[in-house]
Amino acid sequence: MKQSILDIIYMIGAVGFIFGIKMLGNPEKAKKGNLIAAFGMGLAIFGTIFLYEHNGKPLNNYLWIFGGLIVGTVIGTMMAKKVKMTGMPQMVSFFNGMGGACAALISLVEFNHLSHEGDFTQAPVLKLIIIFLGLIIGSISFAGSMIAFGKLDEKIKDKTLPLQQVINIGLMVVLLGIAFAASFGVISNPMVLYLLLVLSLIYGVLFVMPIGGADMPVVISLLNSFTGVAAAMGGFLYDNKVMLFGGILVGSAGTLLTVVMCKAMNRSLTNVLIGNFGGGSAAAGEGKEITGSVKEISKTDAAVLMKYSKKVVIVPGYGLAVAQAQHVCHELEQVLEEEGVEVKYAIHPVAGRMPGHMNVLLAESNVSYDKLIEMDDINPEFKTTDVVLIVGANDVVNPAAKNDPSSPIYGMPILEVEDAAHTIVMKRSMKAGYAGIENELFYSNKNSMLFGDAKKTLTDLVTELKSL
Amino acid sequence: MEAILTFISNNQLMIYMVVLMIFVGIELIEKVPSVLHTPLMSGANAIHGVVIIGAIIIMGQAESIFAIVLGFIAVVLGTLNVVGGFVVTDRMLDMFKKKKK
Repeated sequence: MKQSILDIIYMIGAVGFIFGIKMLGNPEKAKKGNLIAAFGMGLAIFGTIFLYEHNGKPLNNYLWIFGGLIVGTVIGTMMAKKVKMTGMPQMVSFFNGMGGACAALISLVEFNHLSHEGDFTQAPVLKLIIIFLGLIIGSISFAGSMIAFGKLDEKIKDKTLPLQQVINIGLMVVLLGIAFAASFGVISNPMVLYLLLVLSLIYGVLFVMPIGGADMPVVISLLNSFTGVAAAMGGFLYDNKVMLFGGILVGSAGTLLTVVMCKAMNRSLTNVLIGNFGGGSAAAGEGKEITGSVKEISKTDAAVLMKYSKKVVIVPGYGLAVAQAQHVCHELEQVLEEEGVEVKYAIHPVAGRMPGHMNVLLAESNVSYDKLIEMDDINPEFKTTDVVLIVGANDVVNPAAKNDPSSPIYGMPILEVEDAAHTIVMKRSMKAGYAGIENELFYSNKNSMLFGDAKKTLTDLVTELKSL
Repeated sequence: MEAILTFISNNQLMIYMVVLMIFVGIELIEKVPSVLHTPLMSGANAIHGVVIIGAIIIMGQAESIFAIVLGFIAVVLGTLNVVGGFVVTDRMLDMFKKKKK
């Protein structure tokens, strides 16, 4: 009786996940979709707590279970509420790592369940395989996510070891070899579990370490689907449909999302994983040497230039996010519109640190949705644009991606701002962008630089415009 | 080898489900505007927090100190994944909602 009710609850939970993901793909329904998925999750969790039975025995340790749930909920809510919009990508990566760690811990405990006084060779082979895979995938996801978190938070730098790819592949082969040897009883020492744990953690670190810069969102999405698969392993282990369902769903949706994101940058997944785009020093030195000088523009001149334009396109980048300048950017847009200037925003798919990062940020400051134009739609418009104002973006407007095959970002689609009559780049300094390469746009004679903090400079521009 | 074959025929339903779920997952993502990639990733991130059910099961069956300690940590981490994931996604989507005039 209890079991049947639980089965039905799991079914409702699983349908909730599907509806949730489906609706998350639609801007109008996304918020509701998230709530539906959360509702499904809540049902599945409480159903398990109160109805789960194993060989007729209900669960014990309620105090511990609820203790854990409460601690996790309080910390999780606090972290998620406190994080700034700019820090969202790191946060997602962090929570993903927690899921991976959870899956790995389950494998650790279940392994000890299966073995009797250290002897696990009598356990069913398939169960062992599932436990080992859960451990390996979960640990890789955990370690990888933590490194991605550190990198996005700019606490960890990109680092490539010599022969990195060979080491990585070798380590993976060793990992799987040990796991299968242990599953089929060739290795009988129970410490093998901890060996696998340590090796998987090392692999996770090595896997993400060399991948740099703009590729981080892709990696997080990939690790996300890893954790999904690790969760599905738990589903196999307990013959639990909702875990299997949710895990596989995220595993496959996550993998496809990863591929779609790669496509948005016009690169293949292999290229992201083994290519050295933004891969630290190796990439930084490459590319054409740029000669010439940059031209500075005063705030007053910039204000005048924009005021007497017909059309201004703003290109926001990570610098805008860091400076929290989205509100004053919206203000500038309004002031210009009052002067009769047409203002649009050009959104590169990987502007910022994640796809949609800029949309989220600008939507926060009430910028109207229809003013945010995606790359493919805005590119033809640059020819008729008088001024392009680039706020804290760099790599996404670097023409080297189009015309310099030696550049590490060659092939990435960019915003073709050089087609416009004039560009103004707002930047704190001449420092290279996240990919670590020079930008020849800065040296173009159509371009002027406006140095300073994005928020302060934009505020000054608004003041100038109002006083003109 | 025989063990694997028996496993497959004993768990046909599970295997069918896995295969179908893979298709459902792909079908769901296929045509999503790039604007929504981040919230979608975040939402999917929260959903794989379903792994917490495994953590609850080991916690509820735990007898040794080892299992209780690891199980407790697993429940905490799993909850972080679920709650944090959904709250972050909700916050991101809040930003989208306001754009409507």
